[in-house]
Amino acid sequence: MSQTHTLSVLVENSPGVLARVASLFSRRGYNIDSLAVGPTENPDISRMTIVIDVAGHALEQVIAQLDKLINVISITQLNPVTSVQRELLLVKVSTTPENRSQVLETVQLFRAKVVDVAQDAVTIEATGNAEKIQALLRVLEPYGIKELVQSGLVAMERGLRITEKFN
Amino acid sequence: MSQEITGAQSLVRSLENAGVDVMFGIPGGAILPAYDPIFDSKIRHILVRHEQGAGHAATGYAQATGRVGVCIATSGPGATNLVTPLADAQMDSVPIVAITGQVSSGAIGTDAFQEADIRGITMPVTKHNFLVTDPKDIPRAIAEAFYIAETGRPGAVLVDIAKDALQLMTSFDYPSEVNLAGYKPVLNPAAEALRDAAALIASSSAPVLYVGGGVMKANATKELMELAELTGAPVVTTLMALGSFPDSHPQHLGMPGMHGTVAAVTALQKADLLITLGARFDDRVTGKLSSFAPNAKIIHADIDPAEIGKNRKVDVPLLGDLKNSIKGLIPELKAAFKKSQPDLTGWWKTVNEWRTQFPLGFDEPSDGSLSPQYVIQRLGQIAGPDAIYVAGVGQHQMWASQFVNYEKPRTWLNSGGLGTMGYAVPAAMGAKVGAPDKVVWAIDGDGCFQMTNQELVTCALNNIPIKVAIINNESLGMVRQWQTLFYNERYSNTELHSKRIPDFAKLGEAMGCVGLRAESKDDVDRVINEAMAINDRPVVVDFSVHRDAMVWPMVAAGASNDLITVARSMAPVWDSQEL
Repeated sequence: MSQTHTLSVLVENSPGVLARVASLFSRRGYNIDSLAVGPTENPDISRMTIVIDVAGHALEQVIAQLDKLINVISITQLNPVTSVQRELLLVKVSTTPENRSQVLETVQLFRAKVVDVAQDAVTIEATGNAEKIQALLRVLEPYGIKELVQSGLVAMERGLRITEKFN
Repeated sequence: MSQEITGAQSLVRSLENAGVDVMFGIPGGAILPAYDPIFDSKIRHILVRHEQGAGHAATGYAQATGRVGVCIATSGPGATNLVTPLADAQMDSVPIVAITGQVSSGAIGTDAFQEADIRGITMPVTKHNFLVTDPKDIPRAIAEAFYIAETGRPGAVLVDIAKDALQLMTSFDYPSEVNLAGYKPVLNPAAEALRDAAALIASSSAPVLYVGGGVMKANATKELMELAELTGAPVVTTLMALGSFPDSHPQHLGMPGMHGTVAAVTALQKADLLITLGARFDDRVTGKLSSFAPNAKIIHADIDPAEIGKNRKVDVPLLGDLKNSIKGLIPELKAAFKKSQPDLTGWWKTVNEWRTQFPLGFDEPSDGSLSPQYVIQRLGQIAGPDAIYVAGVGQHQMWASQFVNYEKPRTWLNSGGLGTMGYAVPAAMGAKVGAPDKVVWAIDGDGCFQMTNQELVTCALNNIPIKVAIINNESLGMVRQWQTLFYNERYSNTELHSKRIPDFAKLGEAMGCVGLRAESKDDVDRVINEAMAINDRPVVVDFSVHRDAMVWPMVAAGASNDLITVARSMAPVWDSQEL
């Protein structure tokens, strides 16, 4: 039984770190669903948010193996209930003069926004958790999706809890 | 601020500061700046004939001494030739540091002459690696490389340095301590876990100490002896652990696994508790995991958190330095035994039955040709427990693990995890450099020997008088054995014809060694004694042995250990009764 898990991983901001993480996942046969890397409030440290698809026992192995990488500083598993999880979507949807208003209504319903308009298409930007993004795409699909780009998931603990622990 | 020096000088001073006394290597374009200050350094540089030899020599040195082994090579092919020894050392948790030259920083990524992304290439086969492009980073990279290689679970570390970083001027500041945010090995096991482990041992009526190479790495052999005698339990030592517990000790059952003793394999299978010390439930020990030691609870002491539960679910993990874990466990166990100490008499009675019923042994070939096992057994008896034995990979390695008695730590070196043919000659060279007062015997196969024998030239020229016993069955013996057993005796590409070509004794002579040959049983003692008497040159002895000898016992890869094969037609008694 496999299941997706979200790991928030603090790494040293040094060359090759992404390659190390990717190489580890590849050689140990772990599946990455999504990976997002970006700076943190500390310029020496980056954060990777990794969504993986593994069974419970294998998750402990993934975390232990990841922790063995010298450039990995800390790993936190984020619970979807107690964390905010967001993906960013840009999608170009075909429109006609007849259906454009329907598309725009959908955009409003999902609290997304239109970032570009062309003669026969609109480009929509949306953020949300995976379910919301999927739901939006399902509604937009009948109009014709011309192009789509999606970010990896980023996530943060809710409330006062801080996701990182510097050793 | 101190006087400016070149990056190359900074590298050599850093290596001196790290305590390096010897390194094995070959110069080339990108590393050339470093070789100028090496010329003046007090560090002994041994010029090998192939970079792979440098890598295995560093490994042999490290395994024989417990110190970090060092090898050095140039960019591109020099660096890629180190990949096998790096992977080999990493698999067996041997601390080595490899220094490689890289093309100048401006040329990196342009497919420059002799450019290879060795950091990228070695990422999966090293504990960590560095690419240094700024000369001021050299001392820190070297200090961190040695720290990472020798602490925690030891391993291989590579430092790749761009040529311009070696040439530019820099200040020298060697860090007095290393502090890595993402690397803090846990050294002491939790007190609660020690109590839980003691409680498990105190309630076990059929325990086995399953001892791995970690005991050697942690220098915990004295502690192991105390724990073993306190528990009174049977002890099995894996291929990587031979010598950590004396073969002659009455509690020692020998080696478990595919070619282990029947008593060791069976004791693990029937145990109710495995006290696992620095071992990793490797497939060559467990056979089919789901049927390995089915009734045993598991205590697993290891310094690597990722080993806990990797292959086998663990009941009590002892995460920490093995020496600390055993030291912590002993008083807890004494306290627990005061309340109740299990009676192991029944367990020992059973274990001893397996031991007496299925001792290790071999048949002499009926045609009067030389038995390889006999050669190795005599070698062990004549060279004795103070010699260092270094094996290649294959049948001769397994016979050397079975028929030499190991009494002391760091007297048995081999390539366990990666199974690197060609390991023996260069590793023996490294061991002899690290332990010059010891007799060092490489026990090699004729296949292995032909992969790396060029390092005998290095040995002859640098006064490194190792001895090499070639167990010459003129074939890739272990592969041939599998063809005999599993491929209907179809010997596809395993015949080496090495009784005709090459002539190993002559080849040895050509490389500056003494070349000897033994073809019958009568020759064996004489030739070994002759080799033992030579101390000014390396010796190569070609033992021409029977080609059909096989390694027993044997568990076919992927099969359950309960199916242990003692000989082709014979299996232990419980096999038919209990399966």
